[in-house]
Amino acid sequence: MAEITLQDIIKPENLVYKKTDLMTDKPLSYCPGCGHGTAHRITMEVIEELNLAEDTIGVAPVGCSVLAYEFMNVDMTQAAHGRAPAVATGIKRVWPNKVVFTYQGDGDLAAIGTSETIHACNRGENIVIIFINNGIYGMTGGQMAPTTLPGMKSSTSPYGRDVAMMGNPLKMTELVAQLPGTYFVTRQAVHTPAAVRKAKKAIKKAFENQRDCKPGLSFIEIVSNCNSGWKMTPTDANKWMEENMFPFYPMGDIKVDGQLVK
Amino acid sequence: MGELKLMKGNEALAEAAIRAGADAYFGYPITPQSEVIEYLMAEKPHERTGMVVLQAESEIAAINMVYGAAGAGKKVMTSSSSPGISLKQEGISYIAGAELPCLYVNVVRGGPGLGTIQPSQADYFQSTKGGGHGDYRQIVLAPASVQEMSDFVKEGFDLAFKYRIPVLILSDGVIGQMMEKVELFDPIPRWTDEEAIANSPWATTGKKNGTERRIITSLDLDSHKMEEHNIKLQEKYKEITKNEVRYELIDCDDAEYIFVAYGSSARIAQKAVQLARAKGIKAGLFRLITLFPFPTVKMREMCGKGIKGFLAVEMSAGQMVEDVMLAVRGCAKVEHFGRYGGIVHTPEEVLAALEQKIIGG
Amino acid sequence: MTEEIIIAGFGGQGVLSMGKILAYSGIMQDQEVSWMPSYGPEMRGGTANVIVIVSDERISSPILTTFDTAIILNQQSMDKFEKSVRPGGVLLYDPNGITRHPQRKDIKIYQIEGARLAAEMGNAKIFNMVVFGAFLKIKPVVKLENVIKGLKKSLPERYHKLIPLNEDAINMGMKNVVAL
Repeated sequence: MAEITLQDIIKPENLVYKKTDLMTDKPLSYCPGCGHGTAHRITMEVIEELNLAEDTIGVAPVGCSVLAYEFMNVDMTQAAHGRAPAVATGIKRVWPNKVVFTYQGDGDLAAIGTSETIHACNRGENIVIIFINNGIYGMTGGQMAPTTLPGMKSSTSPYGRDVAMMGNPLKMTELVAQLPGTYFVTRQAVHTPAAVRKAKKAIKKAFENQRDCKPGLSFIEIVSNCNSGWKMTPTDANKWMEENMFPFYPMGDIKVDGQLVK
Repeated sequence: MGELKLMKGNEALAEAAIRAGADAYFGYPITPQSEVIEYLMAEKPHERTGMVVLQAESEIAAINMVYGAAGAGKKVMTSSSSPGISLKQEGISYIAGAELPCLYVNVVRGGPGLGTIQPSQADYFQSTKGGGHGDYRQIVLAPASVQEMSDFVKEGFDLAFKYRIPVLILSDGVIGQMMEKVELFDPIPRWTDEEAIANSPWATTGKKNGTERRIITSLDLDSHKMEEHNIKLQEKYKEITKNEVRYELIDCDDAEYIFVAYGSSARIAQKAVQLARAKGIKAGLFRLITLFPFPTVKMREMCGKGIKGFLAVEMSAGQMVEDVMLAVRGCAKVEHFGRYGGIVHTPEEVLAALEQKIIGG
Repeated sequence: MTEEIIIAGFGGQGVLSMGKILAYSGIMQDQEVSWMPSYGPEMRGGTANVIVIVSDERISSPILTTFDTAIILNQQSMDKFEKSVRPGGVLLYDPNGITRHPQRKDIKIYQIEGARLAAEMGNAKIFNMVVFGAFLKIKPVVKLENVIKGLKKSLPERYHKLIPLNEDAINMGMKNVVAL
């Protein structure tokens, strides 16, 4: 029997998975086990599947995903901390036929950018916001975020978040769902294959909404882990997320086609 | 000859934005420049030219909308007054870092803090020395009339795109609020989408198949690359300093004493020149039109030609005077005069200051 | 020719619009003009004033401390601006509500009973045009025909029917101004 070579293995007919061309070849800078890579990939897959790449402009935040523009192979603008929804508004208003999305973390979107987020949602900007909530400031080294759970430890809440002193975690997704300008609001996760499939479906719906000029903003929260910030192994972090984050940030659609469903 | 109108500076500026073919204005109300967004909203530019006008939730949001739209290759602007301009500084630093063309306007009021709504020129340092963080410059145009409030919009956009740089129109409450005769320039059509893409191939307008994607960013974690980027910026600023200095000399030919002023102070100083000449004092006015680039070379050159002293006249505690001193470098006497905190100096006060501080001093 | 004028009174008396009509009239006869209001909260019901300059030459400072003419419509403005009329200059005022009349001997003082005349004409809003007419009688810096042209240019079409009334008010002012 002839020896099987690498060339035999990588024949096109053996192909079971191919990275979308809308992800660059640059190795991701994210920690192993982090949800950002998956969230990037499914976002880009959706844009590819909907054939929107040539008309898409993305906005990267400040946070771990500040370098999203290094990985997402579409035209991208890097925004100041928290300002992505305003930057996206500017782009969409002068290019109403383009597809515009922001990709933001919880510190960016729910703390410093609360105003821009709420007002972009309330104006009903026809954009997509992808909001990664891992309950912590990852890039700066694990400080408390607006979404950090009560009692949860971080480098600025080393004894756990004391809500009497530090205030309560903010449920931005429930909040923006109440605004008349949002059209589709959902909370998803990307820690299991089933969750990824659901999340990708939701992202697809969001981009379809924009493509079809549905009235309002589509807002997708992805609850994710930060295993290095949480100081856990990736598997423990996912388990902890299911047991602690999901009860506080429940999965599923909150608003669909402009109607509250929860 | 273009259409003649009696307009407030703020209104002329707004009308000029429509006529200059601006694609969007993003703003937030603040006295004394709210007429800009009010005029634009009333004029329905979306019907006249397709121009977008949006009242943002804050000055911060407005400048970031400018950042996004400028990065997408469109002709966009914002305006505000001093406290609001302070809020915009983060965005302006990003715009300078990412080398985006845009126009913004500061109708200056007295400070610091919430200050007063009355006219001031106390934002000179902020405007010319980099109000936000980092080593950057911007072109600063100082209108001294309602006519220039209109003309500098067109010129400002041209310079912004020529150099991919933020251009600031530094006005003040006097120029913004007063009415004068203005000859409006003929409307320039807005760029079509195809023209916008062709004019700014670097802009994020959607990555076409087989082309490189465009990235608008001011970030580079590699310090060597960041230094290279900074060197490139500095080269650009040198080029601008070489090419774009603008000023006006009034009665300077035989002058022994020179007022140096810009904006409304230049108008007041011009009257002081008349008062001085009536008294037999040979005074002239060096009116700055660009504050950056500063006319250092010309001012230095004038020094040796019988000029006995320069009086920097500005509605501040003494900011522009430092640039006059740097230009003159000790070859003639330089003093400062200005009222501040919202008080506008009078021509008589300006002349008295010349007599006391320069002639008699 | 350069005429430097301050118009001062209460907000709501039409001080700013009188200045505007004067400036527009100047433009109609190819002159340079500037109109510099006091602005800010004091405009809302308090005193309002505007400096108007009409000139054949480029105008330097739009803000001045002394004037060829002061048009004064309330007591506060009298207290503030009587002294700012240049020697030999003109002070025109409406005696309505004035308790301390102008004292200066080195200027020309005129009265116009604008408020009373406007009321008699049945429209308090044309008060400022009566006063304006009085000013034009004393200082014909702009021609009446250019005032009418200016009104046509500056007023929206729907108000053009009011132009004859304004013209009547100007004439009323011209006829009734009194030198003291």
